[in-house]
Amino acid sequence: MNVLWLQASGCGGCTMSLLCAEDPDVFETLGGAGIRFLWHPSLSVETGVEALRILEAVEQGAVALDVLAIEGAIARGPRGTGKFQMLAGTGRSMLDWLRALAPLARDVVAVGTCAAYGGVTSAGGNPSDAVGVQYEGAHAGGVLPPEFRAASGLPVINVAGCPTHPGWVTETLLMLSEGALGAQDLDALGRPLFYAQHLVHHGCPKNEFYEYKASAVGLSDMGCMMEHLGCIGTQAVGDCNIRPWNGEGSCTRGGYPCINCTAPEFEEPRHPFTQTPKVAGIPVGLPTDMPKAWFMALASLSKAATPPRIARNATAPRIEVPPTLRKPRGGT
Amino acid sequence: MSDTPRLVVGPFNRVEGDLEVHLELAEGYVASARVNAPLYRGFERMLEGKDPRDALTITPRICGICSISQSAAAARALGAAMGVAPTPQGAAMAALIHAVENVSDHLTHFNLFFMPDFARPVYAGHVWHDRAVARFTAIEGSAIRTAVEARAKLMHILGLMAGKWPHTLAIQPGGVTRAPGPRDKIRIETTLRAFRRYLEEVLFGAPLEAFAALSSAEEMMRWQTGDAGLFLEIAQDLRLNDLGRGAGRYMSHGAYPLETGHGFAPGLWGGGLGPLDLSGLTEDLSHAWMLGAEAHPFAGETRPDEAMREGAYSWCKAPRLNGQTFEVGALARQVIDGHPLARDLAGGGVLARVAGRLLEIARTQIFMEELARGIDPAARFMIHAQIPEHARGVGLVEAARGALGHWLRIERGRIAGYQIIAPTTWNFSPRDGQGVPGPLEAALVGAPVGEGETTPVSVQHIVRSFDPCMVCTVH
Repeated sequence: MNVLWLQASGCGGCTMSLLCAEDPDVFETLGGAGIRFLWHPSLSVETGVEALRILEAVEQGAVALDVLAIEGAIARGPRGTGKFQMLAGTGRSMLDWLRALAPLARDVVAVGTCAAYGGVTSAGGNPSDAVGVQYEGAHAGGVLPPEFRAASGLPVINVAGCPTHPGWVTETLLMLSEGALGAQDLDALGRPLFYAQHLVHHGCPKNEFYEYKASAVGLSDMGCMMEHLGCIGTQAVGDCNIRPWNGEGSCTRGGYPCINCTAPEFEEPRHPFTQTPKVAGIPVGLPTDMPKAWFMALASLSKAATPPRIARNATAPRIEVPPTLRKPRGGT
Repeated sequence: MSDTPRLVVGPFNRVEGDLEVHLELAEGYVASARVNAPLYRGFERMLEGKDPRDALTITPRICGICSISQSAAAARALGAAMGVAPTPQGAAMAALIHAVENVSDHLTHFNLFFMPDFARPVYAGHVWHDRAVARFTAIEGSAIRTAVEARAKLMHILGLMAGKWPHTLAIQPGGVTRAPGPRDKIRIETTLRAFRRYLEEVLFGAPLEAFAALSSAEEMMRWQTGDAGLFLEIAQDLRLNDLGRGAGRYMSHGAYPLETGHGFAPGLWGGGLGPLDLSGLTEDLSHAWMLGAEAHPFAGETRPDEAMREGAYSWCKAPRLNGQTFEVGALARQVIDGHPLARDLAGGGVLARVAGRLLEIARTQIFMEELARGIDPAARFMIHAQIPEHARGVGLVEAARGALGHWLRIERGRIAGYQIIAPTTWNFSPRDGQGVPGPLEAALVGAPVGEGETTPVSVQHIVRSFDPCMVCTVH
């Protein structure tokens, strides 16, 4: 399976994250399964005219394209021309190239939240009028219309994340190469279910604090960051705390909140990222699938039941009170 | 002039982001060059009106390869506006996190971006070519595989202390969000030991201290071991130090600010060392598709010229200090920090820039080991402070690629102005109002172009020797 990877209006961080794949490394993971890059802007040897020849060969149908991977949002500005991002050396905008190449690919993969939905590139008034490949924020229809289907019959596969976990990208490509990814394997926003059917909350090491609503007050406190610090791990999709990042990391393990980076429009939460919005002192936003009345009841009950150990540790930067030891029954 | 041979080089890959280089040729050489950064996103505009703390989430996402550098600059700018500095141990942990990114970037540059060009068929027949092919063929080369693996393992320090890489929120104005315990300290030391082994067995083929102790270019050229030795052999053969020479003016904001001073010192270099005084700093817009007047970044604005007027040719502004260009990066840092090898290499070309990075990898590993030893698991790693209603602050750090600055103005508790000058904004700036070309544009003049070459390999070596980050450049 061949992959043509283009970097549109983004930061390149999803490629950088991809290089963090381990056991085995990214080249072995993909190459070992027969996946090769027709061209990749960070990895391939071809530059300038050599790279242009590859793009032309695909466009003219001389090379059949299996996967078109787009990293970064697509600039439509100024005034619909796409000239805020010209693909160097080609005299054509990335917008133009995407429109030309997408219909030729067996599958189109949007790598990262920018490519999927617009992401951070479309934040703050969206200065470059950037948009996702097949979505504009949460609305279907980006550069490509909602009804677009690649030759495989699939819509654009949105491997959303800012950045993407290396496993999300490699496993999506591996499944495509084995014909193991169908429409039923994507969620309603086009994200592969293998990671999007989990919540960031799952496996979060702050779960015991969450159970008692024992909350961190400032960044660097150990407690749950939902009440005060803007954490939306109970609503955000991703297996970040099930299979960690860079060895054993995740945002919440790093002591800062989940900002829902796998979701459309996460870049404009309408409150400071690290501050939970509240109405009359009560945090706005419920854990996914939790009825509000029950949540309120359980929260007030569990808060009242918080053991001193958990309450004290919640506002400390490290564990001050370890769990009480229980003597084994029986004994001498 | 209309029949002057011209070349447009792009898509220019194995650099971070979008780059197009326009060349005018004369008698087999580059007569003049224009560097175009063909991407505009408008991060500075996005930030206006936002809560100042949001800069810590937004600015790292300017760049996926210098993400922590952007974090660190934003945290410092906010801290300056708030009148708060990180705790000593918080600053040291932020420095360690930042150093891991910088070393990783140097490693990525050397193995994935720069060296693969020597495996090109154009060099067949050179005594070192077979080895270059085996080690550095793009994607396939054995050195590339090993480097990617070593880099991923080194970044376990970031998983541990920064949650993930890229795009962390761990670095804050008052320190870092996670206080390491004794076990974290041991893991960090273990990871660093493994990385030292990689560097000594593969990249240098000798103790790091031996490379860090080199005191002249002549001594360095006798270095034969590891991939560093292969590079130096190639550099000798191809006379890479004569290729793409710089003006010898360097700037460093100073890397890794600690309670005890910087890990690598700040300053300016122009044949002699001077203090870093940025009062004469401006960004010139004469050849950028930007509207407005030349201004200091505290007064500057970012208004794209949607008409993309004739005469301008890049989204990149042209920063000048007292009207002069400065080259930034590892070589600049090491020259200004006073390392004798770097001082001997000052003013050099492709060889000097790449050797500066190798030297810095060795020295930074030693620095990271010191930081790890100094972790005090009982200390405070963070303090909290309020965002003022009105304030301004500057955050000056050193990214892998050189001097990075954030200039922040807060009015009525919101971001009123946010201007960023990134390393490659300096190195790859377009011409200014006086017609003075940017450092890369100047360095390309005189590069040889072979008969029939459409993407001259000499131009590729020079461009990549700067390790440009175009997404930071234009932000």
